[in-house]
Amino acid sequence: MLDSVLVANRGEIARRVIRTARRLGVRTVAVYSEADAGLPYVREAGESVCIGPASPAQSYLDAEVILAAARRTGAGAIHPGYGFLSESPDFARRVIAEGLTWIGPQPDSIEQMGDKIRARNLMEKAGVPVAPGSHEPAADADAAVAEAERIGYPVMVKAAAGGGGIGMSAAGDAAALRAAFGTARSRAERFFGSPEILIERYLPRARHVEVQILGLADGRVLALGERDCSVQRRHQKVAEETPSPAVGPALRSRMLAAAVRAGEAVGYLNAGTVECLVDSDSGDFVFLEMNTRLQVEHPVTELVTGIDVVEQQFLIASGSGISFDPEAVRPSGHAIELRVYAEDPRRFLPSPGTITGWAEPAGPGIRVDSGYEAGNTVTPFYDPLLAKLCAHGDSRAEAIERAREAVGGFQVGGLKTNLPFHAELLASPEFVSGDYDTGIVSRMRSA
Amino acid sequence: MAEVRAEMVANVWRVVVAEGDHVEDGDTLVILESMKMEIPVLAEQSGTVSKLHVAEGDVVQEDDLIAVID
Repeated sequence: MLDSVLVANRGEIARRVIRTARRLGVRTVAVYSEADAGLPYVREAGESVCIGPASPAQSYLDAEVILAAARRTGAGAIHPGYGFLSESPDFARRVIAEGLTWIGPQPDSIEQMGDKIRARNLMEKAGVPVAPGSHEPAADADAAVAEAERIGYPVMVKAAAGGGGIGMSAAGDAAALRAAFGTARSRAERFFGSPEILIERYLPRARHVEVQILGLADGRVLALGERDCSVQRRHQKVAEETPSPAVGPALRSRMLAAAVRAGEAVGYLNAGTVECLVDSDSGDFVFLEMNTRLQVEHPVTELVTGIDVVEQQFLIASGSGISFDPEAVRPSGHAIELRVYAEDPRRFLPSPGTITGWAEPAGPGIRVDSGYEAGNTVTPFYDPLLAKLCAHGDSRAEAIERAREAVGGFQVGGLKTNLPFHAELLASPEFVSGDYDTGIVSRMRSA
Repeated sequence: MAEVRAEMVANVWRVVVAEGDHVEDGDTLVILESMKMEIPVLAEQSGTVSKLHVAEGDVVQEDDLIAVID
């Protein structure tokens, strides 16, 4: 096992990684920006290092200051969490060149999957179904329109290097596509440093279902079940559940097998997520992208399998075997995760501010991964995730019931949160029926 | 006269209009950025931008004055 780890992240995910590290007896180092000095993870780490001002570019995205912190504290490994530098092949290479252990996939896998066009082409070759789409970046709006005519409208316009829903939009005709292309291109350059744009068939009645994979040190790739992430606003996930109510045993076995093939095609090591779209009408699925890191919503998988995914990441990175028998994994019950965001529950606009009160729910099947406590300030510099509220039950109905009660018992004072939205979601007949798709939030808001 | 104020703490990412510009109801005046989201601030009436209180790179607090439209 590793003897020490620096967690190159902040908030709830830094805290969550530190929790497992401590349980395993691994010495922990947190890094924080000046804006985050008061957050719980900074205090809970064995040691913590201030790495710069609030601006992410000068702190959490600055590879050199993070590596300097690792040298100074003698940390032997780096866990990148999600976001920030987690999917930067250059950072992973720098970590390895420093003689440190990188808790993640090989830099080449990150690079191959980080370019959505390259990833699509690679998956198609490996026999993983992909949506009709471009095989190379669309050079300009005219090329995008020509491509869309070949593929068929509606199409989705995406930054090839993108993520987090930023720069994505759907277009139903050429005029809308030209506008979407311009927006996507400027966002792609600004947020991801690459103007390359991918055009893909858009499935309006689709569900977003992903598979957790683990690439083991001995070369095997395991699939740990699926997660349904169809509850989204602005193409960003708000709630996730496992198992997916839309996935029956036959579809599940096809999806899991395809995810394993996807991992094997790149010789994948460590935890990753293969994201797919499932066509609600036909039951077919297509590859969307692969996230080469720990996924935000990994706790629902942990709740139904009893497996600590972060622990497996540590074991795989240290070259050891995993802690469970892959043949003996029997997912049990149903789990739901609700992302608690600092945002108004109607329009989902950011709501930074100072937290004056904070009380987390507890009870059977309830797990809360939070990044804040009373007295902390939620600043405008980072994403709005305050906490992940998870509920596990023997059945979906029980998980929903427990989640409802927990939402009611989660008290956050001083700023607006989307907890009232989650209460609405858990009461909405569409969500409760299980028969929903990625349009559910906009339907709730237009009703 | 209409005062346009910030709805939240944010950074001013882009200032789209200049003092003296004529704007229509719904035009974008400035684009704020908060929590990795771009938030356009729109004119709520047509008129002339008589005063701009922010510049790109500024940090605005909730309720800070952004612009005045006459």
